[in-house]
Amino acid sequence: MSDDAVDTGRRRVLTVATSVVGAIGAGFVAVPFLSAMQPSARTRAAGAPVEIDISKLEDGQLIRVEWRGKPVWILRRSQQALADLPTLDGSLSDPESIESLQPEGATNLLRSIKPDIFVALGVCTHLGCSPTYRPEVAPADLGSKWKGGFFCACHGSRFDLAGRVYKGVPAPTNLQIPPHRYVGDHRIIVGEESNKEIG
Amino acid sequence: MSKKVSRVSEWIFWRLPVDKVWKEHLSEYFAPKNFNFWYYFGSLALLILVIQLVTGVVLTMFYKPDAALAFDSVEYIMRDVNWGWLIRYMHSTGASAFFIVVYLHMFRGLLYGSFKKPRELVWIFGMLIYLCLMAESFMGYLLPWGQMSYWAAQVIISLFGAIPYFGEDLAQWIRGDYVISDATLNRFFAFHVIAVPLALIALIYLHVVALHKVGSNNPEGVEIKDNKDSDGVPVDGIPFHPYYTVKDILGVGVFLLVFSVILFYMPEMGGFFLERENFIPADTMTTPEHIVPVWYFTPFYAILRAVPYKVGGVLALGCAVLILFLLPWLDRSNIKSIRYRSKAFKYALSLFVISFIVLGYLGTQPATPVAVIFARIFTVIYFGFFLLMPFYTRNEKATGEIPEHLTCDPPLDEVIREKHWPDAKRKFLEYSVMKEVKTESGKVYKIPVLNFDALLTRVKERFSSTGNKSQK
Repeated sequence: MSDDAVDTGRRRVLTVATSVVGAIGAGFVAVPFLSAMQPSARTRAAGAPVEIDISKLEDGQLIRVEWRGKPVWILRRSQQALADLPTLDGSLSDPESIESLQPEGATNLLRSIKPDIFVALGVCTHLGCSPTYRPEVAPADLGSKWKGGFFCACHGSRFDLAGRVYKGVPAPTNLQIPPHRYVGDHRIIVGEESNKEIG
Repeated sequence: MSKKVSRVSEWIFWRLPVDKVWKEHLSEYFAPKNFNFWYYFGSLALLILVIQLVTGVVLTMFYKPDAALAFDSVEYIMRDVNWGWLIRYMHSTGASAFFIVVYLHMFRGLLYGSFKKPRELVWIFGMLIYLCLMAESFMGYLLPWGQMSYWAAQVIISLFGAIPYFGEDLAQWIRGDYVISDATLNRFFAFHVIAVPLALIALIYLHVVALHKVGSNNPEGVEIKDNKDSDGVPVDGIPFHPYYTVKDILGVGVFLLVFSVILFYMPEMGGFFLERENFIPADTMTTPEHIVPVWYFTPFYAILRAVPYKVGGVLALGCAVLILFLLPWLDRSNIKSIRYRSKAFKYALSLFVISFIVLGYLGTQPATPVAVIFARIFTVIYFGFFLLMPFYTRNEKATGEIPEHLTCDPPLDEVIREKHWPDAKRKFLEYSVMKEVKTESGKVYKIPVLNFDALLTRVKERFSSTGNKSQK
């Protein structure tokens, strides 16, 4: 033991240094714990593509398939419905889908690779409910301007038959279009990169 | 025998300060002597915590946190486990009871200014407990894996997704999957059963320790620690044990009576405590027509729906909860009790209570345009209560004189004359004269002093009249 007075400056440097080193160590230790809560390897692998036969799909018919635990809709739109879509542009908040998510092949006004076949993720972009398919024109509860589309009963968001969101509803963007591609004429694989637009 | 007991307790107390803790927090914790009805809810909350812990432990013995098995395991508890239905309903009813009691407990704080200096930390810990409770009940509600469990969780977790930049990643980190799935269920089970209850208990400990450091508030808003006798005991205080332990036992009795009625006759409370949709197993492909959270979240849910933008709605919801933390600093007045607060504050508080109840109701209803307009109006009132508080509480003038003590301050003669004394003592007053007495603090009281002359005259009259009678 020396009789010198306590060197408080030195003591403080040591305290700060050990605290900083300890905090960094704690930070590194936190990584595995935080990372363990991310989707596991099995979960990531479970996002396998799904193949669907659409040969029996009729005009106006919608089928739901499960992909990565989410509902994916496949809908064959009638010629009338396709003709109605451009007339709605004025009442939509993102008619050209600039802010919205869709694969390259479906980046067009109809938001589909083939014009009549509409593939979309059936998950509302607001808070994740699955909207209801409402194909009828001008039903009492949705108003006379309704040309068919999707209505989310949870918080009242509305989408047209191209999954484009109307103005003045809580959903911020259009329904997401999942990556998908055609194998031959009547088979779709959801979850794989899309092929080019098929006119 | 008693000597042996005392030797054993001595042995223990020498090593573990049981006696010291008992004294500090019960037998020599001095609480104001004027606690009223509103002061039951703190101890009731503690009782419900115990109910939830005990029933929860039994439920975990049979419940399976697996998306494929969870729903059936709950039904198994309800049908096949001995008394399983009772224990499960105790747990689910207990959750709602917890919120009823906690909301009343918080309202008590608003009424009597219990959040104010020096109890700001008590309030903050209380708010943290409230947040933990919200998390606990939300995660618990997913576990039965019914339709409402699933879709309510979907909506609530999506709230985090609305945060700009990292929201989506955060939501995915919470879910542990791209959607609500087995992974989510499993981790919610872990949080619900281990992590959050531990945090809850730690926070309750801090809440109570912080409270016992500064002492309890009371309906008069008097700081009893400012007025101690020569032994350092607050003059206006009484030991928590036995006085308030006994009082709280009455509260417990009444609470258990009401709790049992709900438990045995309406455990689902008409869809408010357990929603009908939740008796259908979770279906990831179809959302129920009408999604509603359980009643204790509906005021905030109505606020979420009142805002037509995604980020704005989530922000409003978050602020509606978090703004309560700021209460001790938003209230600029140092008047504590509602009994002495200005009309402005009383109106504001009434409007706040109305808006909270109306929003709670609107949150249970479908979001029709009319409902949304009402929700907007009451959302504005809700926030107005807090944001305008610095203005309407600044320079607040007390209504009436705020007492400094709880003892014997109302004018004695008025108390006596009006109602407090029975007839015999009123008789005494007939023969009394009022005399002014000055107390140490300089206050002047009129107190009745027996007037012997008047009494004597009266006795003589009576005597002479009976004498007359006997002569006739």
